[in-house]
Amino acid sequence: MKKVLMGNHAAALGAALARVDVAAAYPITPQTQSVELLAELAAKGDFKGRFVLADSEHSAMSILLGAASVGARTFTSTSSHGLAYMHELLHWVAGARLPVVMVEVNRALAAPWNLWTDQTDSLSQRDTGWMQFYCATSQEVLDTVLQAYRVAERVRLPAMVVLDGFTLSHTYEPVDVPSQAAADAFLPPYQPPDILDPARPISLGGLTMPKEYFRLRRRIDHDMRRALGEIAAAGRDFQTQFGRGCGLVEDYRCEDAATILVTAGAVGSTAQEAVDSLRAEGLRAGCLRLRVFRPFPTQALRACLPPRARLAVVDRSYSPGASGIFFQEIKAALYPSRREIAGYVAGLGGGDITVEFLRDIWRDADAGRAVADDPAWVEDAR
Amino acid sequence: MLEIRFHGRGGQGTVVAAKIIAEAVLNSGRGQCLAIPEFGVERRGAPVLAYARISEKPIRVRSRIYEPDAVVLLDPAFAASPAVTAGLKPDGLVIVNSELPRETLAARWPGRRVIAVPARRIALTHGLGTPASPLVNTAICGALCAILSLADWPALEQAVREAVPAAVERNLAATREAFEVFREAARAAR
Repeated sequence: MKKVLMGNHAAALGAALARVDVAAAYPITPQTQSVELLAELAAKGDFKGRFVLADSEHSAMSILLGAASVGARTFTSTSSHGLAYMHELLHWVAGARLPVVMVEVNRALAAPWNLWTDQTDSLSQRDTGWMQFYCATSQEVLDTVLQAYRVAERVRLPAMVVLDGFTLSHTYEPVDVPSQAAADAFLPPYQPPDILDPARPISLGGLTMPKEYFRLRRRIDHDMRRALGEIAAAGRDFQTQFGRGCGLVEDYRCEDAATILVTAGAVGSTAQEAVDSLRAEGLRAGCLRLRVFRPFPTQALRACLPPRARLAVVDRSYSPGASGIFFQEIKAALYPSRREIAGYVAGLGGGDITVEFLRDIWRDADAGRAVADDPAWVEDAR
Repeated sequence: MLEIRFHGRGGQGTVVAAKIIAEAVLNSGRGQCLAIPEFGVERRGAPVLAYARISEKPIRVRSRIYEPDAVVLLDPAFAASPAVTAGLKPDGLVIVNSELPRETLAARWPGRRVIAVPARRIALTHGLGTPASPLVNTAICGALCAILSLADWPALEQAVREAVPAAVERNLAATREAFEVFREAARAAR
């Protein structure tokens, strides 16, 4: 049934439809309504799991670490400083191979104080061993929460479903909410392989010597790579059941493109409009959106790029002293390559990225003006 | 594509108005709609912006609205601000909550199409808010749906029921009154 929802509500409904056993969270702008709706659904009895309003994000993730260790399906959501405060526990959860799913609403980090969207918060958790999905619409947020549980439980790794603060989290749009029966048909109940159980005592996460530690880390990497296939399969099955779905990347008019805008998140939706308007002028424009960042979809990315197409990577993130984070990753994934890849840092701290702005960036890259090693910091002149 | 910008104040239900429009458009089956709040720290009484983008086709543009087809002023005090017509398309519409005569308002925005909606009076008639702080958003939505033919009454009624947190029947009465007045006006104009 179609309902007009904000992205935060789509996220909470996704968790409720996944029949989460334990949700623990602490509210923070701009994620707040995802927690509020879950609390409301729990109070009305529509959310059957246990809802815990934690005293901090660090505690929220600690609660989920415990709950997932005894076999619960678990959920949380956070943003920005809340995510940073969880950082230590993100490593614990991934290392313990617990399939926690978190919704992360992008927001810039202080100082100075800022509330608006910026992907540096989630991208700075890159090396924690969590899968990361970047959504372009609120529909995709709900759908990806369901898919994330399926993949996470199969590869035994946690997953972060990321959406743009305000641009998605607070924007109302029609979202098709599946029935509980349809959600159940897609996502079977969680069957944890081994759990903490007083009847069969085991120990989790105890002191481990270098050899075993190395091998366990290698297994995480193996399963993270295996997740590429699982994510693609979950997307296909979702498409079969619901008539909509997404793969690892979403390419748009790339087949014969001379220059391709590369984005992640809601900007990927606006970019399609920019591409159509450039095409209407006879220009060979295309765009590509990375829906999955970890595991990095190297093969899927290569498969949709024509051999000589230039890339204009638009990053709403930055690693000081280096460059935009997607820019680095894409260059690394395509190495060795003679392809021209230009990086643009835009819209940090919530700056709007409009069709006109994306057209300007595309034209700059298409003219070959950008220097490949240094990212261009670009502001919308309008 | 039809793009609307709402100028209101914190506590007036400006974002709720944009959401009602989105819901009404969806319910009416006439297209897609995004309701976008301007993203800030909410404070009662502070100027607030919200946007609605309406289209028959799926909406891909997710930026704010800079060149609206219509601006809606929930508080008549904004009339003095040049910001309200910033970027408004040359043939764009100014819809203002006001009981002033049309001529007075037309003189304020020379060359613009201006429509006054007596939303404050309608809201107070139905007991919504206080004279100092009337809750005009539902009356404005009623007028807007009629003026721009965005939705029929059943679609709008359902949208208001879903969106307003309290005083549902009084809000519906205010919505209906404004909707009827401006539907009649639109018919007469044809």
